Amino acid sequence: MVFAELLGRLNASALHHGGVEMVGIASMGLAGLAAFGYLTYKRRWKWLYREWLTSVDPKKIGVMYIVVAALMGLRGVTDAAMLRAQQATSVGASHGFLSSDHFQQIFSAHGTIMIFFLAMGLMFGLINLIVPLQIGARDVAFPFLNATSFWLFTAGMMLLNTSLAIGDFSAAGWLAYPPLSELAYSPGVGVDYWIWALQIAGIGSLLAGINFLVTILRLRRPGMSLMKMPLFCWSVLGTMTLVIFAFPILTVTLTLLALDRTLGMHFFTSGAGGNPMMYVNLIWAWGHPEVYILILPAFGVFSEVVSTFSQKKLFGYKSMVWAIWAIVLLSFLVWLHHFFTMGAGADVNAFFGVMTMVIAVPTGVKVFNWLFTMYRGRIRFTTPMMWFLGFVVTFTVGGMAGVLMAVPPADFQLHNSLFLVAHFHTMIIGGVVFGYFAGLVYWFPKIFGFKLNERLGTYAFWCWLVGFLTAFVPLYILGLMGATRRLDHYDASMGWQGLFIVAGVGVAIILAGIGFQVLQIIVSIRQRHKNMDTSGDPWNGRTLEWATSSPAAPYNFATMPAVTTRDAFWTIKHDKNPPKPHYTDIEMPSNTAVPIFIAAFAFLTGFSIVWHIYWLALVGLLSFVTLIIVRTTSDGNEYVIPAAQVREIEESRGRS
Amino acid sequence: MSGKNKLRMLALIIIATGVAVTVFLHGHNVAILNPQGLIAHKELRLMVTATLLMLIVVIPVFILTFWIAWRYREGNTRAQYSPDWDHNSALEFTWWALPLIIISILAVVAWRSSHELDPFKPVYAAKAPITIQVVALDWKWLFIYPEQSIASVNFVQFPAQTPVDFQITSDAPMNSFWIPSLGGQIYAMAGMRTQLHLIADGNGSYNGVSANISGRGFAGMKFIARSSSPADFDKWVSSVRRSPNHLNQAGYDKLAQPSENNPISYYSSTDAGLFDRTLMKFMMPTGQMMPMDSNVAQYGAMQ
Repeated sequence: MVFAELLGRLNASALHHGGVEMVGIASMGLAGLAAFGYLTYKRRWKWLYREWLTSVDPKKIGVMYIVVAALMGLRGVTDAAMLRAQQATSVGASHGFLSSDHFQQIFSAHGTIMIFFLAMGLMFGLINLIVPLQIGARDVAFPFLNATSFWLFTAGMMLLNTSLAIGDFSAAGWLAYPPLSELAYSPGVGVDYWIWALQIAGIGSLLAGINFLVTILRLRRPGMSLMKMPLFCWSVLGTMTLVIFAFPILTVTLTLLALDRTLGMHFFTSGAGGNPMMYVNLIWAWGHPEVYILILPAFGVFSEVVSTFSQKKLFGYKSMVWAIWAIVLLSFLVWLHHFFTMGAGADVNAFFGVMTMVIAVPTGVKVFNWLFTMYRGRIRFTTPMMWFLGFVVTFTVGGMAGVLMAVPPADFQLHNSLFLVAHFHTMIIGGVVFGYFAGLVYWFPKIFGFKLNERLGTYAFWCWLVGFLTAFVPLYILGLMGATRRLDHYDASMGWQGLFIVAGVGVAIILAGIGFQVLQIIVSIRQRHKNMDTSGDPWNGRTLEWATSSPAAPYNFATMPAVTTRDAFWTIKHDKNPPKPHYTDIEMPSNTAVPIFIAAFAFLTGFSIVWHIYWLALVGLLSFVTLIIVRTTSDGNEYVIPAAQVREIEESRGRS
Repeated sequence: MSGKNKLRMLALIIIATGVAVTVFLHGHNVAILNPQGLIAHKELRLMVTATLLMLIVVIPVFILTFWIAWRYREGNTRAQYSPDWDHNSALEFTWWALPLIIISILAVVAWRSSHELDPFKPVYAAKAPITIQVVALDWKWLFIYPEQSIASVNFVQFPAQTPVDFQITSDAPMNSFWIPSLGGQIYAMAGMRTQLHLIADGNGSYNGVSANISGRGFAGMKFIARSSSPADFDKWVSSVRRSPNHLNQAGYDKLAQPSENNPISYYSSTDAGLFDRTLMKFMMPTGQMMPMDSNVAQYGAMQ
């Protein structure tokens, strides 16, 4: 008896699952087992622990972010395929292969995973990999904090995935609107899993935001004034500003919902003085800036890609910078457009509608500047450039749909329909995902030392573009036919099934695109000797990340580059009398396992609160806080690479 | 694939998509593009206006993208190459100003239409409006006719060319009340009363749905909205009045229990204060919330 009480509400029934879920659990278990077996067989555990897991090198943390994001992307896409399969088959007398509760858990998980663990993971991955190099820094401002951010992100991801096997996940949508997400209507553990997975990952994101803001402001090379920064860094500076202002709102909102659910409070309940509409306002006061948090770095990537592959300076640099900051500011003034249908009144709706449309102006300016960067250039249609062209086409159409929905009375007819779903997928796939893909292909040689196979990359691009159009154009039309989102079943008389089937085919084409990308990585690894980047500058680049070897040494730059112009490396490359390298001792932060433990305790705390195992939650929380304090007060966490060794490393890379 | 072929392929994909969409839209009855009421007509006109305004910028962007990409491809050595040309005040001013002008026009459109098509604003017509109270329940729609003192579930009828004043609340999670053929939606929220004013052009049956996820039975939370001649409407009212069911508080509490895929049902009489009591019970001080708490307890037991 006592033992049972010690486990809160966790008992054997948490492990009962339907057939479809068991397949999911089994496949994830098998994948885990296969990875475990491979590492053991190859005796790679020590290597993994020493070289990667305990690393505080942003170049390695960046890769780990991207690996986690890619795995989560695969889960999110699997969820998407299940949603499509259900909607293509659950018509009239047939009810598909998913129960409505399971279907609702899947779309909640799909949205949560794709935003928090795919898009955010790719974003922080790219930022970790590139920002320090682009500003000519050896590291980030707070390396230990950086590793902690990553591991908190991973802990959140683990907690979310634990819900697949132990208990269940939220069925209340990716933003868990109350009162549906309140105890009265969702008494299970699902919403709690959602809250704590996001809470832990969200704190990681906030810390990373602070870290990179300080990194960009304080660690730039002397000579690199703000207005000489690469555009990607500008976009990251804007993004991190958004993170710092927006994520605390998420933290507080989730805390209040958790208080309602765990301690019976009434912040957002229907009755007893609670106000669900307050939650909807708060979550979007975070949620709308979040959208721009994802897209701004993609804009930054495109600025680099277009300039490099047009072999020309970026057009309208100052306009581009101002456009970023206009978007940063405006993104906090539009949150109400997510719920014009709440009935706030014409003045309020019109104000937020107009502010939303205004965002189209700086965004349009950016598109024109990219086009005029290409103008009078010498454009090379490499895969990053193709992702850019695909982006211009899809993003412009998606943007039109967005401005259309910014007109409040038009939104009344489109809100929560599949038109809306199609719109935000256009922005997120056509904008964010295409942007990050372009960035990954573009910077791949810098990260791993060899280029990716172009042919397979091009195949992947065509599959993604055609698949995306096939999957989402039908959803625009379905929305106009009055189909709402999140339906697990509909009547045959609606005449929707054909379009849903076409959309399903679209997802299959996207899956083929993903298949080509996986193949591309495998083939490129096998052919790496052929595609090796020995110069460190495979694309004839313009910015500082190309000034060092590929992949960069742990200290990034043996001799710090001089910055006099905007395209700093371009100037260095064309300098007739390059300075002789001069090696000095370099101090770098030591590896540490502490972030892993901090994150493990955060996971334990979250898991225990979900299951009401309060004694364990307290143990987890105290250990978490204690570890942070102990680490913060400790000293001597650095090591020195002597000048002679630096010379050796550089010579081995053919760079002396 | 050469740069030329990549661009050709891209253009082909876009044109094919455009053609497919156009062909489909011509061959099918698309609710929002085929409005059956004044509000839906105006909302569609608004969408068309906004789209046309945006095309003033979007079409040049598409043409420019392809023209620039084509002309300045690496293989075309005849094209001018100015690697250091990175600024032109007049050009940059143009693309700050031009979208700003269009957005300003659109802003005026948005402001005016927000007021004109405010869902709380009554629709003026020759005939006097009819009031219908709507309660979103788990998982069905209850329609109460205070003037006729009848009620129905998942079916609502009203005379054509007569303004309908829907007064909407919820005794369940938030839902969204939407009849796409007649006009835009508004949320149904517990403890709140929203309003939606619609009017139908002629006789017809339209699909009504909830557009906001509200739990397990959400997909089945739909209704039929029928507009008919006044005579037909009166005939329908008298037929409903012959129903053996009565909707008093006890009957309502039973109806409010979660249930899925409810069939259409009718109530020959209703309790006049039902809608207001449903609305007000969420605003009571904590100690006096018995009705809702008992619902909640039963809901919890069901799960």
